[in-house]
Amino acid sequence: MNKVLDPQGVRPEGLNDRENWEGPASDGHVFRAGELDLSHKVILYLDDISVSFDGFKALNKLNLAIDAGELRCIIGPNGAGKTTMMDVITGKTRPDEGKCFFGQTIDLTRMTEPEIAHAGIGRKFQKPTIFEHHTAFENLELAMKMDKRVWKSLFAALSDDEYDRVSDVLRQIRLDHEAERPAGLLSHGQKQWLEIGMLLMQEPRLLLLDEPVAGMTDDETERTAELFVSLAGKHSLVVVEHDMSFVEALGGLVTVLHEGSVLAEGDLATVQNDQRVIEVYLGR
Amino acid sequence: MRTPLTIRFLTSMPRKGWLALAIFALVAWVGVPMAHLMLPESSPFSVSAYTVTLMGKILCYAVVAVAMDLIWGYAGILSLGHGLFFALGGYGFGMYLMRQIGTDGSYGVNLPDFMVFLDWKELPWFWVGSDSFLWALVLVVAVPGALAFIFGYFAFRSRIKGVYFSIITQALTYAAMLLFFRNETGFGGNNGFTDFKRILGYDITSPEMRLTLFGLSAALLMFVLLLGRYLVTSKFGRVLAAIRDAESRVMFIGYQPLWYKLFIWTLSAVLCALAGALYVPQVGIINPSEMSAANSIEIAIWVAVGGRGTLVGPVIGAFIVNLAKSFFTVEFPEYWLFFLGFLFIGVTLFLPDGVVGLWRKLFARKPATETESPPPVQKPAAVPEKDEHLAAKGAAA
Repeated sequence: MNKVLDPQGVRPEGLNDRENWEGPASDGHVFRAGELDLSHKVILYLDDISVSFDGFKALNKLNLAIDAGELRCIIGPNGAGKTTMMDVITGKTRPDEGKCFFGQTIDLTRMTEPEIAHAGIGRKFQKPTIFEHHTAFENLELAMKMDKRVWKSLFAALSDDEYDRVSDVLRQIRLDHEAERPAGLLSHGQKQWLEIGMLLMQEPRLLLLDEPVAGMTDDETERTAELFVSLAGKHSLVVVEHDMSFVEALGGLVTVLHEGSVLAEGDLATVQNDQRVIEVYLGR
Repeated sequence: MRTPLTIRFLTSMPRKGWLALAIFALVAWVGVPMAHLMLPESSPFSVSAYTVTLMGKILCYAVVAVAMDLIWGYAGILSLGHGLFFALGGYGFGMYLMRQIGTDGSYGVNLPDFMVFLDWKELPWFWVGSDSFLWALVLVVAVPGALAFIFGYFAFRSRIKGVYFSIITQALTYAAMLLFFRNETGFGGNNGFTDFKRILGYDITSPEMRLTLFGLSAALLMFVLLLGRYLVTSKFGRVLAAIRDAESRVMFIGYQPLWYKLFIWTLSAVLCALAGALYVPQVGIINPSEMSAANSIEIAIWVAVGGRGTLVGPVIGAFIVNLAKSFFTVEFPEYWLFFLGFLFIGVTLFLPDGVVGLWRKLFARKPATETESPPPVQKPAAVPEKDEHLAAKGAAA
């Protein structure tokens, strides 16, 4: 599965020459290993990704490009490969073939899950898993991007900056009045927000959100849409969702997956009027 | 928002807690010594040698209980082999005590009696340096610490958890007991060490030495409570509790549970060993039965009776169970184990949070009905100091 690729060979065309360039970068752009390079405005490339499980093609030559700062929705019927796609991006599943790049230079197919998380891709699972006995504030504090070794934790004290960052995120996820409540006592929707907040504390560049509004009330769904729209720009978001009113509220580009590859792409109205999409959803 | 460590340490416990600690210190360091040395035995406030030794012994047990609470209550790791670390600490210091006997043994040779009995001519290599007090202290900390570290490293790295971990620790202490029962192991076989004469040249049976050991035990208990309080209120403690509740989630946000568990596990073992080292000179004997499986299980019962995850609860639990034990084993020796069993079942069924949990339930009700607003943020501080009164009272009794 995890085949060793020629490091030169896997880079998108046009980069090799620059990397071998010894002098100062002519356009003032310098590559550093492991650093996210957004020089082409694209944060995530999936190129001809195929994954099969016992002969079943979960992903079939999937191509997808997400721009930096974009808010993208992925929809599709059950078994279309949405979750498998997320698994490939986060390193949980290795693709049989194809390329998966984070920015221009970071090859996700050769990294472990923690490495990918550390590089700046955060994923929210369907079921919120927060620390129920800790307060909302403590949940965010634990998730904060910082030195997480034992010795540091023993003597850790929140700096003003860090305290402000936790407070900012608490406001963003509308839990600033619930900061001192044990997270287990929050409502389902609030738990989902807290989980998103924990993701934000890790300062990811790209957020993958799997059915974030499942089980939320209409009001909570609406607020979640507002939150995501406010996050777009600073972060890039990929949202997998079935709730069409939610997708509509988000307002970004929509990609329809079907049988492991992209069926249609465009804004929601275009996609909804696409004949093939209608067939897939309504049956032929 | 940034607070210096000293301030954080001071604020890790509320003022009432410090007050209770001060009272406890006063009773243990001034009250008991004065009552023991100055009051005539006829006085109702006189503290007998028996009581001092019994209380000193229970203080050591209380230290073990708090150490157990750190890993069980806060990290969710139930060890049923903590008696091993306690015993190893005791053996480490016991070696020094044996050497302090010098030529006053039954055979009048500068070699522990059991070695003469086994016809050994000189000390085995691992006894080298055991006549040094400082080396004894090093042994007390280093041997159990190293064993806990190595054992913990492999167990936690293999993600052994829950009941499997408990069973393995139980097997570990049992195996050690069998090893120490052998005469060839070089620790006195089933008789262990006894007949101690002096520490640092001072008579071990003198009232002053008795009170010194008692005072040191009290000091160790206070130190362990403060250290525990600091740990569980630090970020380290929050990570630990998070590991207890959802370990994989903790890994997912970038922590390595292995090192967190290993740190608290090893610390807990070393604290037990220190308690063991203070216990042995007070009771005057250490033998392999301290490593028996039942002893380690009893430690878990102390913690359960007092209340897990409360630090001060285990101190109360250790006092309740051991005072009951002293009473039962004198009055109705054959019923003690039945009582212990019923106690454990009763606590598990009716007091899942132990005595401290009961206390909180009784006294948390009132303010909740008075004020309409439901502030669920529990004040973990409101209870502990009361419990220390109890402990202090117990010590003074």
